[in-house]
Amino acid sequence: MKNHIRLSLYIFLTPVLLWLLLLIVIPHIELLIMSLKGTDDLGDPVWTLANYRHFFTEQIYWYTFVRTAVYAMLTTVLTFVVTFPVAFYITKVVSVRLSGFLTIVLLMPFWVSELVRVYGWMILLRESGVINHLLISSGLMNTPIEMLYNDISMMMGLVYTSMLFMAVPLISSLEGMDDSIIEAAHDLGASPPTIFCKIIIPYAAPGITSGSIVVFMLALGNYLTPTLMGGKNSLWFTEQIYNEFIASFNWNQGAAFGFLLLALSSIIIWAGLKLTRQELGRALS
Amino acid sequence: MNTPVLQIQNLRKTFADFTAVDTLNFQVEEGSFFSILGPSGCGKTTLLRMIAGFLEPSSGTLLIRGKDMTTTPPNRRPVNLVFQNLALFPMMNVHENIAFGLRRQGLAGREIGQKVEAMLERVHLSGFGKKNISQLSGGQKQRVAIARSLVLEPSLLLLDEPLGALDLKLREQMKIELKKLQEEVGTTFMYITHDQSEALVMSDQVAVMNKGTFEQIDTPRNLYSNPATSFVAGFVGETNILPVQVASRRPLQVATSFGLQLHATAGIDLNDSDSLALYIRPESIILEPSDSMKHINRFLLTVQNILFDGSNTKLLATIAESDHEFTVALPQNQQFAHIAKGDHIQAGVHPESCRCFVR
Repeated sequence: MKNHIRLSLYIFLTPVLLWLLLLIVIPHIELLIMSLKGTDDLGDPVWTLANYRHFFTEQIYWYTFVRTAVYAMLTTVLTFVVTFPVAFYITKVVSVRLSGFLTIVLLMPFWVSELVRVYGWMILLRESGVINHLLISSGLMNTPIEMLYNDISMMMGLVYTSMLFMAVPLISSLEGMDDSIIEAAHDLGASPPTIFCKIIIPYAAPGITSGSIVVFMLALGNYLTPTLMGGKNSLWFTEQIYNEFIASFNWNQGAAFGFLLLALSSIIIWAGLKLTRQELGRALS
Repeated sequence: MNTPVLQIQNLRKTFADFTAVDTLNFQVEEGSFFSILGPSGCGKTTLLRMIAGFLEPSSGTLLIRGKDMTTTPPNRRPVNLVFQNLALFPMMNVHENIAFGLRRQGLAGREIGQKVEAMLERVHLSGFGKKNISQLSGGQKQRVAIARSLVLEPSLLLLDEPLGALDLKLREQMKIELKKLQEEVGTTFMYITHDQSEALVMSDQVAVMNKGTFEQIDTPRNLYSNPATSFVAGFVGETNILPVQVASRRPLQVATSFGLQLHATAGIDLNDSDSLALYIRPESIILEPSDSMKHINRFLLTVQNILFDGSNTKLLATIAESDHEFTVALPQNQQFAHIAKGDHIQAGVHPESCRCFVR
């Protein structure tokens, strides 16, 4: 009996382990080795930390790095602020039937690829786009303005593409909340703002944490939206990595940047969990 | 004369075309254990939610300690509710749950600590403060929920069928504990239930509610022995019901469809209708009455079944020449141990125990 259980455990575990090993572990070891290699003056390959040193000496890399981190965090916060009322409305305010329908409506845009959705925004916002056309034809403006290619439009795009990944965990954690808990808090003397801070947010904390982690990772590693919607000054760190790999053909430098990004996201998530006193296991379970 | 804790005047609540609570007038005295007993859907939860402040009455006023609270939100009322599903906060431990209301009142940390400890002791949960809600048993959760409300020293503690989710043994135990607790703290309890035994055991006063109105407000003993309406007679306690016709009015004598004539007592709401319903409690039937007993109704019972249930053993018997089934309580001495299925027994009942109501 025990052997049977062990056998089936191996059978089910093997694909996962293979997947982890082949697609995650091995490529990362390869990248790590690559990031630690360089060429000496004679063009021969040598072990070096030059790729990492490069990052700290060139200001533009630093700047992009910090900028990416700050904006990714801002995206996470904004996504939460935008999504929470929606999730609360869907789970607690409307009837059960309508809430199912609204959830589907919320998910619908995500059946379309991110590229197409970003182009959709571009059609709306660009100089000759729908919004400018409407504003001019209604006589509110004389000349069209460029609404694309700045940090605000980039942030909007990032929040929009991340919303779903915040909404789903929030909805599922709020769905589990009994309405009578809110009533009980009200009955025990809590005002609506207190109920929100002391009851609803702590109750939804696991959902908020897992949603925030996913949104933060996605924003940090997003390439498409910052590239298409951000302006020339809206540099994103993934673009730097891309440039090193594809434009400069400097795979060693690109690999080093990749590892720095990995370290950055790990540190920020770790710090975030510590600050909010959440546990990763609990948030993702 | 003290002002009552709660005064309800012409309180009404309608939802669309349905009247949940229909023009109620009553008051609850300070320090009493007041129960509202009624079948599900009778409007008792609606009434409770109006008193707690979660529902606004369609009309009427609601005074707590003489102050009009009709439109005051729940967090400003000196009334606390113990929810049917308890509604403990799962992300807080026992201590934090009980301290929640005190923190909202802005009390100092030390004072909160003392009050919570005292309350934990009162509900026999000393040392449980650090436990998580999920680690508690059903009865312990119950006590935390009551402690969480009681620690705020409300004018009135509302309890919405809080024992409903417990198993039978625990429920019996909690009934006694709740009554003791209420006597100790002296807080006015208002208890909502559909379980007559809970209401009868614990309360000083019971209001029987049906279709949005009170049928009778009385002490448990009076409710049981002097029901005012046929609904109360049928709902409170077990009872045998026979359809009868009036044979003579003074003294009241009724006849069953199978020809049995009985002397009876009129219930309060009797009018001049001739079709009545006769209510006889199982324990008021006397088996094998001695010949010296005058003025009792006598009839023959045919034993169909013996429902053995320890101290609550009953006979299921048909009465006279009919197939109307009667439940008869079996006295707990061995006197009737010989009774077996199919036996014919002489039985009697006092006219005062035969109550007639309009059918």
